[in-house]
Amino acid sequence: MGIFEKIFRHHPPWGVHPDDHKLPAANAPLRSLPLPALLYVPMQQHVGSPARPVVLVGQHVLKGQLIAEAQGNVSAPVHAPTSGRISAIGEVTAPHPSGLAQLAITIAADGADTWCERLPVDDPFALAPEEIARRTAAAGVVGLGGATFPAAVKFNLGRRLKVNTLIVNGGECEPYLSSDDRIMRDRAAEVVDGLRIVMYAIGAREALVGIEDNKPQAIAAMRVAAAAFGNVQVRPVPARYPMGSDKQLIQTLTGKEVPADARAAEVGVLVHNVSTCAAVHRALRRGEPLVERIVTLNGGALTRPGNLLAPIGTPVVDLLRFAGVSGRPARLVLGGPMMGIVLPHARVPIVKGASGILAFDAAEAHVAEAGPCIRCGSCTRACPMGLLPLEMASRIGADDLAGAAGFGLSDCIGCGCCAYVCPSHIPLVQYFSYAKGELSARERSKLRNDATRRLAEERVARLEREAREKAAAAARRKAERDAAKAAAGAAARPLPVRIVKPASEAAT
Amino acid sequence: MIPTRHAGPVAAPHAASAGTVPRVMLWVSAALLPATLFGFWLYGWPAVHLWWVTTGSAILGEAFCLRLMQKPVAPVLRDGSALLTGWLLALSLPPWAPWWAGVIGGLFATVIGKQVFGGLGQNLFNPAMVARVMLLISFPVPMTLWTAPLPMLSANAPGFVDGLRITFGTLPATFDAMSSATLFGYARSELSRGVDLLQSLAATQAPTISLLGERAGSLGETSSLLIAAGGLLLLGLRIITWHIPFAMLATIALFASLMHGIDPARYLSVGIHLLSGAAMLGAFFIATDYVTSPNTAVGQLVFGAGVGFLTYVIRTWGGYPEGVAFAVLLMNALTPVIDRYTRPRIYGRDRRGAPLEIDP
Repeated sequence: MGIFEKIFRHHPPWGVHPDDHKLPAANAPLRSLPLPALLYVPMQQHVGSPARPVVLVGQHVLKGQLIAEAQGNVSAPVHAPTSGRISAIGEVTAPHPSGLAQLAITIAADGADTWCERLPVDDPFALAPEEIARRTAAAGVVGLGGATFPAAVKFNLGRRLKVNTLIVNGGECEPYLSSDDRIMRDRAAEVVDGLRIVMYAIGAREALVGIEDNKPQAIAAMRVAAAAFGNVQVRPVPARYPMGSDKQLIQTLTGKEVPADARAAEVGVLVHNVSTCAAVHRALRRGEPLVERIVTLNGGALTRPGNLLAPIGTPVVDLLRFAGVSGRPARLVLGGPMMGIVLPHARVPIVKGASGILAFDAAEAHVAEAGPCIRCGSCTRACPMGLLPLEMASRIGADDLAGAAGFGLSDCIGCGCCAYVCPSHIPLVQYFSYAKGELSARERSKLRNDATRRLAEERVARLEREAREKAAAAARRKAERDAAKAAAGAAARPLPVRIVKPASEAAT
Repeated sequence: MIPTRHAGPVAAPHAASAGTVPRVMLWVSAALLPATLFGFWLYGWPAVHLWWVTTGSAILGEAFCLRLMQKPVAPVLRDGSALLTGWLLALSLPPWAPWWAGVIGGLFATVIGKQVFGGLGQNLFNPAMVARVMLLISFPVPMTLWTAPLPMLSANAPGFVDGLRITFGTLPATFDAMSSATLFGYARSELSRGVDLLQSLAATQAPTISLLGERAGSLGETSSLLIAAGGLLLLGLRIITWHIPFAMLATIALFASLMHGIDPARYLSVGIHLLSGAAMLGAFFIATDYVTSPNTAVGQLVFGAGVGFLTYVIRTWGGYPEGVAFAVLLMNALTPVIDRYTRPRIYGRDRRGAPLEIDP
């Protein structure tokens, strides 16, 4: 990029433009992973309560059969990703840096991949919107952009708040990832049909499909697919990270700003990811629950990077083998490099929100040593939320968490722009995650202490009251006793003798 | 199974931009190079010797402090910030200043100006300007002895060894003949003698303004054009933003044109104000110091305007002919206050931090 281009290029006043590393993976044709022998399907693949298993060990299940049901208002059911026998219901390592265990159902695939009975809908627009939400919920569709919020819960919210605009998020601003790009190129018709079903389900009048301008093939394919529908507009947006963050995409496409304490739906907008829309299409038109997804396999340690169609629950190691690993990956990341999480090892399953698995070589995984902040202000210019990361970090470094909160810590979306641009390589996101966790822990312990103190005070008050009542009762009893004693004493003492003369005598 | 090598969790992001602190310092130094080399040519070997004595002292001071604190010395020195501090100080001294001025200034800049505050990123005041002002106040005579340009390879220019004699020994007897005044110093002394600017600037012995800067002054005060070119390079590389240089130069230009318009006999013109002193060096290299300037665009505009205004006031009505160093230090002191009142608006909140009203 030339120096003048750098100065005069038009882009939003926030964010960063990392080297996107999307090629050659994005241009490699979509491949299907051969069916793994064992699938480990976690019960918690979404925001909300974990699903509850409804199958027994040894039971044979068909592909798409319900194996765990949703629990509570915000939750999602889980379906068998292939046909086979339930070989275990127990704990596996969760796809999380902690490496903690998580409940999962293990399925030994029978190789037949036989579907259960599916109930496709010919005309979803003839159904009631509530019925579409119900079917979407029953199919276990969650936000596939990474947030994994149950899609149907958002449908109902959108309908209740009378959302006018559906924003379809095809930004995919994270470097390395191309699963959304691939689904828009290969299944544009499914995406557009899905988003029209979502529009109908939430009662939106228009849909804006935001796609970063570094994906010309996806834009072209989506334009063709959406050409017949006047209320669906494909809108290229500048390739600028974090364009795929809902607040930034809403602002870029509609000019609306979501107030700090409000949800997007309250300003009349709802955001759904393109892959989520395609999953809604499959759930309705084909009656297929969410049992597979496109995963980008990328990174310097892979010899055949690209996008793979893989069943949910596939061990990461199977994906890596298929994509060809050269040497030992120096780091495994679930998601993109900007916000993705480090995997403890490759024996973890992929989940509904797994948009990519990155296997970094040593150069990509290099972590530079952090130096002192030189107050260059790069983080301030990069922050898409208008925060002052350097001020927050200096407060957190001095353990002044309240001070950091005063600089808007709670508005931080953790996008990583600040840490990305920091010339001193200060791990700013880690500072903020720590501070947010610590603040909420302190808040919880404060609530707990308050509750304890209240109980203690109530106990003291109760004891005092009881003592008072006891004393009062004792006093009363004593008084009664005294009265009784007095009465008894009076009875025992010889009464003053009154000579009562018999009336007859008196008469005489 | 494919094992991975990393030991513990590493937080996102797993990518970093190419920018590093040494890279920033290196580019700033590179941007200073043309003007510095031109200055070396203009004032000869004594200027070269003063430059390395000053930067060497600054680096030595930094290393000394790090040793005292039992911190690793080499990695910190490699960030290049001490070199840059010394370099900027050397550019602000009279080119034929004695060696001890460079030594005292260089040590003072990094020891008192920077490390005492806690090292890189912690100092409230620009270390180079702290040292320069200290020298100016403590040793007013050698700090205001300026040399007329005596370009290298010209007839009377001192050679390498003579240059060492000048820097480390005594000034030659012929120095009086070579001494000269800066344009601001000249204009001020003539004004105080009752000669107005219209006459004094027209006189033959008056220092000229040339864009290349062949006149008396410090290395950083002569070639405004080369300094500005270096500044534009930094702008292009996005190492600095336009806010501080623009606000500072525009403010100086505004007041200069206003006052010059009112009375050209008493007030110098815009061109002289912008091109003949330390305005360019100050605007692009001194006031833009990350550590001691505000970190938001609005704050930087306020800061730059403040530096420009104070520079003009000190030059015109103050006790010294040049005021950039004082103006920068005064505004450095105000930086925390400016930062406090120019916080950016947070997305979804108003300027006070309250959530926006819902506008359906």
